[in-house]
Amino acid sequence: MTDNALTIDNVRKDRGKTTVLDDVSLRVAPGERVALLGHNGAGKSTLIKTILGLTPLTDGQIRIGDAKPGSAVARRTTAYLPEAVSFHPALTGREQLQLFARLDGQKADIPGLLDRVGLGDAMDRRIGAYSKGMRQRLGLAQVLLGNPKVALLDEPTSGLDPISRQDLYAIIDELAANGTAVLIASHALTEVEAQTDRIAILRKGIKVADDTLENLSAQAGLPTKLRIRASGDHADEVAEATGGTRINCASVEILCTPDRKMEALRRVAAMGEVITDIEMTPPRLEDLYRHYAKEGAQ
Amino acid sequence: MTRFLAIASTEMLILRRNRWLLMATVIMLLFALALTFAGSAPTGSVGVDMLTVSVTSMTTLSVYLAPLLALMISFDAIAGEAERGSLSLLLSYPAGRGEILLGKFAAHLAALAFAMTIGFGAAGAIAAWFGGAGAESLTALARLIGTSILLGAVFLALGYLVSALSRSATAAAGLSAGLWLVFVVLYDLGLLGAVVMDGSGDFTRSIFPWLMVANPADAFRVWNISASDGVAMASGMVGAAQTLPAWAAPLSLILWPLLAFALARAAFKRVEP
Repeated sequence: MTDNALTIDNVRKDRGKTTVLDDVSLRVAPGERVALLGHNGAGKSTLIKTILGLTPLTDGQIRIGDAKPGSAVARRTTAYLPEAVSFHPALTGREQLQLFARLDGQKADIPGLLDRVGLGDAMDRRIGAYSKGMRQRLGLAQVLLGNPKVALLDEPTSGLDPISRQDLYAIIDELAANGTAVLIASHALTEVEAQTDRIAILRKGIKVADDTLENLSAQAGLPTKLRIRASGDHADEVAEATGGTRINCASVEILCTPDRKMEALRRVAAMGEVITDIEMTPPRLEDLYRHYAKEGAQ
Repeated sequence: MTRFLAIASTEMLILRRNRWLLMATVIMLLFALALTFAGSAPTGSVGVDMLTVSVTSMTTLSVYLAPLLALMISFDAIAGEAERGSLSLLLSYPAGRGEILLGKFAAHLAALAFAMTIGFGAAGAIAAWFGGAGAESLTALARLIGTSILLGAVFLALGYLVSALSRSATAAAGLSAGLWLVFVVLYDLGLLGAVVMDGSGDFTRSIFPWLMVANPADAFRVWNISASDGVAMASGMVGAAQTLPAWAAPLSLILWPLLAFALARAAFKRVEP
C-alpha cells in the first residue's frame, strides 16, 4: 500500500528512435494539485496517456493507488479530460454524460453535475450547437463523475474565457479538497502559479524540475527586479549610487538576487526625498519556466 | 453487460438523431418498390409469380446496396471518435474495447436490419398483393432479408477494420469506397476475365465457383439464387452455382462476419488514441 494516489517510477517511452519520455518519476498525493509544464512535444500528453494505460511503456512503472494503468480498477478510479475534446454533435449534453455515468457503472446526479459546471440551461441542447468553452465544461462534468482518486487534466483551460477559468479552478480545488490527486498539464503559467501546490517541468521528455514554486525560485536564484522612480533629474545620481541601470529619464532598474534584496531596499530607502516610488517584481513562474525549460539547469 | 447496452443504446440514439435510420429505410424502400414495379413485366413469360421476380431484382439490388449502407454507417466508428478526441476519453472508462466495438456493431446491425426488413418487406408485400405469392416465394423473401442482414454485418465489420486502420475519418471513407469497389465490382470483373481467358478449362469448372463464393457479396448472390428454383429461373443464373455443394455459399456468408469482426477487433486493439 502506498500513500500516493499516483506513482510514476523511472518511466521511459520510445517511439521509433526518438525517446518521448526519459526516466520520468513523479508522485502525486491524495488532495495534491500538481502542474505539469512543458513545451509542445515535451511529453506531457504522452505521460498522461501512459498513466491512462492507452500507450504502453518502454520501461518503468506506473501505479494508480495500487492498480496498474489500464486495469479495471485504475480506469474506474481515474478521471481524464483530453485536450480540446469534442463529443458526438448529435447527442445532448445530458445524454453524453449519461453514457459516461453508465460506463462508469454508477448512478449520478447528472443535472446537478451539469449545473455545477454551468451547463444547466444547455443540458438538453445538442453538443453540435455548443461553443468550445461549453464542450470543455461538459468534459469537466465527466471528470467529476464518481469521485475519482486521480484526475488528469490536459490543457483544461484552453478555449475558456477568464470567468470560466476561475470557475474551473474552483472546481479543481473542490476536487482536491475531496481527496482527488489532480495533475494538470498546462501552458497557462500565470493561472497555474496561483492554483497548484507543486510544479513539475518536462523538457524533451526529461523532468527538469519538480518542487513548490518557492523552492524552485530559491534554487534557480533568479533576480528580483526593483524599479525605482527618482524625482526631478536625479535619475543619474540614483543609478550611480545603487549600481542600477537607468531605463528612462526618471526610472532606474536594479536586479538583485533574493539574499541581497533587503540590502538594496535599505540603501534605496536611505536616499530619502529623491526617490518617489519603488516597484518590486519577484521572479514569476514565466521566468522560472524559461530558466528550467530552456537552459535545463537541474 | 450494462456497458455494452450503454454503448449500443447511445449509438442507436445517434442513428435516429442524425436521421441515418430514416434515410436508409427510405432508400431501401424506394429502390425495392421501384424494382418491384419495373421488374413485374416478365412474370407471364417465365411462369413464376410476381413476388419471385421481385425478390430476384431485389437480390441484385442488395448486393450493391447492403455493403454500401453498411460501410456508410461504420467507417466513422473508430476514426471519427479518434478525430474528435473522444476515443481516448471513451477508452479511459472501464468499458473494454471488445465491448465498445460489439455495442456499436449491435446498434448498427439493428438499424440495418430495420431498414432491410421495412424496405424489402414492404416491396414484397406489394408484389404479393398484386401478383400473388406462394410459400416458396415467401421463403425466398425471408431468405433475402436474412442474407442481406448477414451481408450488411460483413461490411459493417470491414468498415470498423478500415476505420481502425485509418488516421482520419476522411481516409476511412476513402478506404471504404475502395473496399466496396473491390468486393462488389472489381472482384467479379477479375473472375469474369479469368473465365473468359480459360474458356471451359479446369479453372472454370473447379476453381472458379469456390473463388466466387469466397467473396461474401457473391456468396450472398449464390445462396439466394441456388436455394430457390424460381429465383434461379427468373435470374437466368443457374450454371456456376450448381457445381458447388449447397452448404458452400451459406458457410461463406456466415463465416465472413465472424472473420471480419475478429480482424476489426484485432486492429482496434492496436489503436493508440
